[in-house]
Amino acid sequence: MRVTAIALAIGLIGTAAAVQAQQITGAGATFPAPVYTKWGEAAKAATGIELNYQAIGSGGGQNQILNRTVDFGASDAPVPAEKLESGKLLQFPTVMGSVVVIVNLPGVTSDQLKVTGEMLADIYAGKITKWNDPKLVEMNKGVPLPNLAIAPAYRADGSGTTFVWTSYLSAVSPDWKEKVGAATSVKWPAGAGAKGNDGVSATVANTKGGIGYVEYAFAHQNKLTTVQIRNKAGQFVKPEMASFTAAASNGDWAGAKNFAVNLIDQPGAESWPIVSATFVLLPKDPKDLVRSAAVMKFFDWAFKNGDAIASGLEYVPLPEVVKTSVRAAWRAEIKGADNKPLY
Amino acid sequence: MTLQQATISLSAPRRSSIGDPIFAAIAKASGLFVLVLLGGIIVVLFVAGLSAFRAFGPGFLISDNWDPVREEYGALVPIFGTMVTAILALLLAVPLAFGIAFYLTELAPTWLRRPVSTAIELLAAVPSIIYGMWGFFVVVPIMAEYVQPAVIDTIGELPIIGPLFQGPPFGTGILTAAMILAVMIIPFIAATMRDVFDTVPAVYKESAYGLGCTTWEVMRSIVIPYTRVSVVGGIMLGLGRALGETMAVTFVIGNTNRIATTLFGPGNTIASIVALEFPESEAGSLKLSSLLALGFILFVISFIVLAISRVLLRPGLKA
Repeated sequence: MRVTAIALAIGLIGTAAAVQAQQITGAGATFPAPVYTKWGEAAKAATGIELNYQAIGSGGGQNQILNRTVDFGASDAPVPAEKLESGKLLQFPTVMGSVVVIVNLPGVTSDQLKVTGEMLADIYAGKITKWNDPKLVEMNKGVPLPNLAIAPAYRADGSGTTFVWTSYLSAVSPDWKEKVGAATSVKWPAGAGAKGNDGVSATVANTKGGIGYVEYAFAHQNKLTTVQIRNKAGQFVKPEMASFTAAASNGDWAGAKNFAVNLIDQPGAESWPIVSATFVLLPKDPKDLVRSAAVMKFFDWAFKNGDAIASGLEYVPLPEVVKTSVRAAWRAEIKGADNKPLY
Repeated sequence: MTLQQATISLSAPRRSSIGDPIFAAIAKASGLFVLVLLGGIIVVLFVAGLSAFRAFGPGFLISDNWDPVREEYGALVPIFGTMVTAILALLLAVPLAFGIAFYLTELAPTWLRRPVSTAIELLAAVPSIIYGMWGFFVVVPIMAEYVQPAVIDTIGELPIIGPLFQGPPFGTGILTAAMILAVMIIPFIAATMRDVFDTVPAVYKESAYGLGCTTWEVMRSIVIPYTRVSVVGGIMLGLGRALGETMAVTFVIGNTNRIATTLFGPGNTIASIVALEFPESEAGSLKLSSLLALGFILFVISFIVLAISRVLLRPGLKA
């Protein structure tokens, strides 16, 4: 009797799992990992789709999806069009985030210091080396700027954050673009490297006169001293949700091929200049149709219900119009063997 | 011979006819497996690094350029950082380890020898990530706040050696990395030294004492000459560990692909650059190939160091 009951119970669990839980696996970018994890937890209850996401880095995510060892890859930097073509991949954005500048200056409070993009590029190029540099002093009358060496800290590990940051420096400084350029890791002309957002912020915290760049969520949660940056419209903006959203809505989403929209240094008086989207890569020739469909179902659920979770973690949700065109792309691009759209 | 033993010895030949060859084959396979594994790793690293060796030629070894944007890679900075941190670590660790071993074998009261020996062995068991975090959160702030500014203002002003102690006080850098490495390799060197010092026959030492030698004279004229080769072998073991250390160094070295001109300057090591850059390297890219080529170079360096230590340790152990 008891044995039968146990067998029955096991059988029931087995069937339940087979019917309900659809596992999907993803790998890649570390930047959106917290929101993917939270979405995964919430979606499991709502849709029965169980997400297993491994934050192994954007480069690793691209490698894994090209080898088709995961159901989707994730990358902070948009993948070049020809690589998407050859790898038969569809790229779409999921969420946006921003990078902010943090400093360690005695007596200087958050958002008190004002800088321009050119100055940041000069600081990271080792051209502005003292905090009482005439350029900085002129822009910050009333701020106590000491005669202290500027110690720039950067991400030593290859990272999407560095890609966004160097893209910004390249956008505002032709000199930076020519000499250094933008990538997940670059040849830094000055400063010292540390591992991860926590490494950079700890290096800045340890070094008087330190300056660094981290993801906004990290700066916000740890109450780090941020600075105002002058945007393309010539306005100084504070790093906050409103200025990120302004930048996102000013992006040229319609004109961007493969959704590879450039949100760096956008026009608009309110726009924070260092905003970027993070992307998911999905095979256009799915091997496992059920799992591929589940990936789209998962992100569809996240687009509909996940905005509050994303904002809670200091990410910027996608504008509604972008979500609609992502869904259209799914329908047009990802088809099963019988040419029927999976989504 | 009891009955039980007799049964075993009687049944032994019958069992061995099947069991022994199987066991021998398994043991042989296990032994060969190690060789195949080692050879496989070397071959894979070399083949994967081949496109970097081809693209940059011998210049790969002497170029200090590491520019992922322009896809130009050179191995000089990490090789330099690896060698300099390891050698500095030895300079710091060897005198300390010698002191520890000397104290434990000659001076320490018997009741203290065991606890100190155990403590040294425990130090060797601490995972390197712990040393890294300790270095980053404890040593680096102390270096940045107190040590480096003071040294830069005093020793940094001196002629000749001054330039070695200049630069912005980040707290991280070559010297900090070497200090952490020194702490990590002291247990290995100290334990080896203690063991070989113990092998010196008591009669030699007693004769020297009998001639009126002081403890230091016995150490210098009897113990050191007797164990010299083995001591060097132990130091090489420590060097091998220092060369390959990854996480602890990554935390504190400053991770900069420039040749450090001062001891406080940030640098990079082979193991650390591979760990940092690997996740963002795309399959088939020149960057990935360069990283694997660096791995091959580290393999070769470590192999040479270990080979030297084997050669030096062998006669010592026989004696």
